[in-house]
Amino acid sequence: MSEERLDEVLKDHGLPADFLTDPTFSRRDLIAALGGGIAILILFPRTDAEAQRRPGGGGAQGPTEIGGWVHVGQDGRVTAFVGKVELGQNARTSLSMVVAEELRIPPASVNLVMADTSITPFDMGTFGSRTTPYTIPPLRKAAAAARELLIGLAAQQMGVDRSTLAVADRKVTHAASGRALSFGELTKGQKLVQPIPDQVPETPPSEWRVVGHPTQKVDAVSVVTGQKRYASDLKRPGMLHGKVLRPPAMRAKLTSVDTSAAAAMEGVIAHRDGDFVGVAAPTEQAAIDALKVVRAAWDRQPLVSPPELCEHLRRTAQAADRGAFTQGSVADGLTQADLKLERSYTVSYIAHAAIEPRSAIAEWSGGDLTVWTATQSPFGVRSALAGLFGLPEARVRVIAPDTGNGFGGKTPGQAAIEAARLAKVAGKPVRVAWTREEEMTWPHFRPAGVIDIRSGVRRNGKLVAWEYHNYNSGPAALGTPYDVANQLVQHHPCDAPLAQGAYRGLAAPANIWARETHMDELAHELGMDPLHFRLTNLTDDRLRAVLKAAAQRFGWGQGRPGAGRGFGIACGIDKGGHTATCAEVRVDERTREVHVERIVTAFECGAVINPLQLENQIEGAAAMALGPALFEALEFDQYRILSAAYSTYRLPRFSDTPRIEAVLIDRKDLPSAGGGETPFAGVAPAIGNAIFNATGVRLRSLPMAPKGVPAEGAEARQ
Amino acid sequence: MVELRVNGSKRRVDVDPDRTLLSVLRGELDLTGTKYGCGEGQCGACTVLLDGKPVLSCQLPVGRAAGKQITTIEGLAKDGRLHPLQQAFIDLDAMQCGYCTPGLIMAGVALLAGNADPSEAEIAQALEGHICRCGVYQRVIAATRGAAEVLKGGAR
Repeated sequence: MSEERLDEVLKDHGLPADFLTDPTFSRRDLIAALGGGIAILILFPRTDAEAQRRPGGGGAQGPTEIGGWVHVGQDGRVTAFVGKVELGQNARTSLSMVVAEELRIPPASVNLVMADTSITPFDMGTFGSRTTPYTIPPLRKAAAAARELLIGLAAQQMGVDRSTLAVADRKVTHAASGRALSFGELTKGQKLVQPIPDQVPETPPSEWRVVGHPTQKVDAVSVVTGQKRYASDLKRPGMLHGKVLRPPAMRAKLTSVDTSAAAAMEGVIAHRDGDFVGVAAPTEQAAIDALKVVRAAWDRQPLVSPPELCEHLRRTAQAADRGAFTQGSVADGLTQADLKLERSYTVSYIAHAAIEPRSAIAEWSGGDLTVWTATQSPFGVRSALAGLFGLPEARVRVIAPDTGNGFGGKTPGQAAIEAARLAKVAGKPVRVAWTREEEMTWPHFRPAGVIDIRSGVRRNGKLVAWEYHNYNSGPAALGTPYDVANQLVQHHPCDAPLAQGAYRGLAAPANIWARETHMDELAHELGMDPLHFRLTNLTDDRLRAVLKAAAQRFGWGQGRPGAGRGFGIACGIDKGGHTATCAEVRVDERTREVHVERIVTAFECGAVINPLQLENQIEGAAAMALGPALFEALEFDQYRILSAAYSTYRLPRFSDTPRIEAVLIDRKDLPSAGGGETPFAGVAPAIGNAIFNATGVRLRSLPMAPKGVPAEGAEARQ
Repeated sequence: MVELRVNGSKRRVDVDPDRTLLSVLRGELDLTGTKYGCGEGQCGACTVLLDGKPVLSCQLPVGRAAGKQITTIEGLAKDGRLHPLQQAFIDLDAMQCGYCTPGLIMAGVALLAGNADPSEAEIAQALEGHICRCGVYQRVIAATRGAAEVLKGGAR
């Protein structure tokens, strides 16, 4: 890295110019190059499971063992480095909180440097509710170790025993003599770099003053004043605006193209490389105009579209993959059953529809590439760029500013690649900002799927057989949390027409919806209360606890719903979170429209880091989940996405939102798990079960009521 | 050349008057607190005030904003003092990713200016054109109610 580039990197993060003294550092000796202060490194051994799962592991540089670090500078400022991205899940706040807790400083005073591949440690990506269980514990340890190191330095300088010292207000104080040394005084002239020692005294939950207490967003002021800069808000000097030619069909090959008219326009650069055709121009409008005069011919290939989709998925199903589970014999179980039930459930494709469409600015300088982009996976994007351009990863810098939603949709780096291609040809920085239509057409989607369930139950309500096949929708939360002696549970990958991938909770919302709908069907067939039926088959204490907590807050069993109204309940476990939701719906007698009136979600994910924002996540998940539950579905035909606008893809709005109550169960005795995804999963089945309770109509397709509740009981769309 | 009055300052911009106000605010004046969300007036992220009334700046040709008072999110706080609605959004954590927040605040400020004591239903109705993908709707309503209480109390 050149000295100029280094200066730029440091400036970008508000770090002093002497923060790093060696301008030629590589990742490995980054720490050795520290200009001063103390640093505690989070080291992951190479055998660490996370390291093995790294994409592109074994690349030119190989993955680093450093998983994060906490630094106390000579100015006393605390800086922590993590590769995570802020997407609205409030990781910036929760990560700042654990550092603040251990160093006894306010959370907003932590300079948390996130998601810049040139200076933050490698991170696989921000998804899967992994930040809380995997990033917080070592970061907490590192901050605690930094505090202990500061105490040690103070003890040395004051010539007192370390046990007589206390840390507060950025000082280490010797109470007996009243002497105090500030963090800055202690770190001045130091150049101490240490891994986390084996034994670190972490602050026990009973003494937490920050963690576990409601904490506002650390950068809230910048949000409400419009000062916060997202990737799409950035500019670079001399920047051009890029636009990419999109095919007229989801599957198409470019057969011929003529860009001469575009290239002849003033200041316009046109570029073709294989099927990639793009233009760059001094203004966005000029780029749009230039793209309009590009003449291209495409060979379109048709896709399997919704009328045949479910049949196609079943027909192309492969053998079971990850998550398959067998226990006992389903055939034997069914012979013991007093009641057998066989049902199919279907799930539509849906779009993330993130509020901030993806964008990137790419800038080449002396063969080095810098990209600012809205992504959940800056290191993955770096690998992709390095691979595409044949560069060592060290020569590619990807910065992922806090972004307007991700929900799993911003893992790939399409805009970054497009901008980098155009910038290379243009010899100037190029910005590519996707339009809403592009954002709703060219990313991946939450997979469609078919779920077949065959079950058997005794008259006393005990499940005895459970056979479960998920086609294409995914293996997350595939297994049932209920106790069933005889089980066969499988996920089958299929030939899927559209690009598909991660969506908030992966397949857990789909699997939990199908399973909990089926459980409700069984309860109804048995004439049992749905809560009682669940508890009859459930020994998991944590799930029982959230079920009971949700039921209690909701007033389950304490009254009958009014006319046209219904109550529903559902629960599930995923990614270490335990969730239970109760819903009340009203179905309009005339229009058959569903109005969700009330949602109560009880959630438990171990020790709560930030109760304020966990409640916010639970509430937000419930509001967002209304869409896929009731009306969100990607419309497409053989060639095109037909719902590529907010006007044609209906999303939850103010008028859809019921009263939402979050009930937190704080288990300070258990490790913390993430809370951004799992509370989403119980919402759709609770609503569907409430609709059945209100109308007697069982809805077995997601979304359940895009045109209201059908008058007759509807079978799954086949 | 279009002459604009933005957040109390005169700004002359050499642009096609048919360009959207949104693109001029963001592109020419670097007022990026006003966001692009959909480009078709469906999400409210681009909401600014024109003579105190909320408008969707992605739908408004900049020429039609000439001579009018334009207020963007950057112009709401006065001398570093936040508007009570901005403060209420912070106090009630009425945001997650924060991208739609400026638009919601601008619409809320306009609502409160015309209706000092809106009910929850009136707030929801006034903000129905806004999409918050994080789903923070309930907190936005609570924050708007909170700001109404503060404004009624003459705290400002």
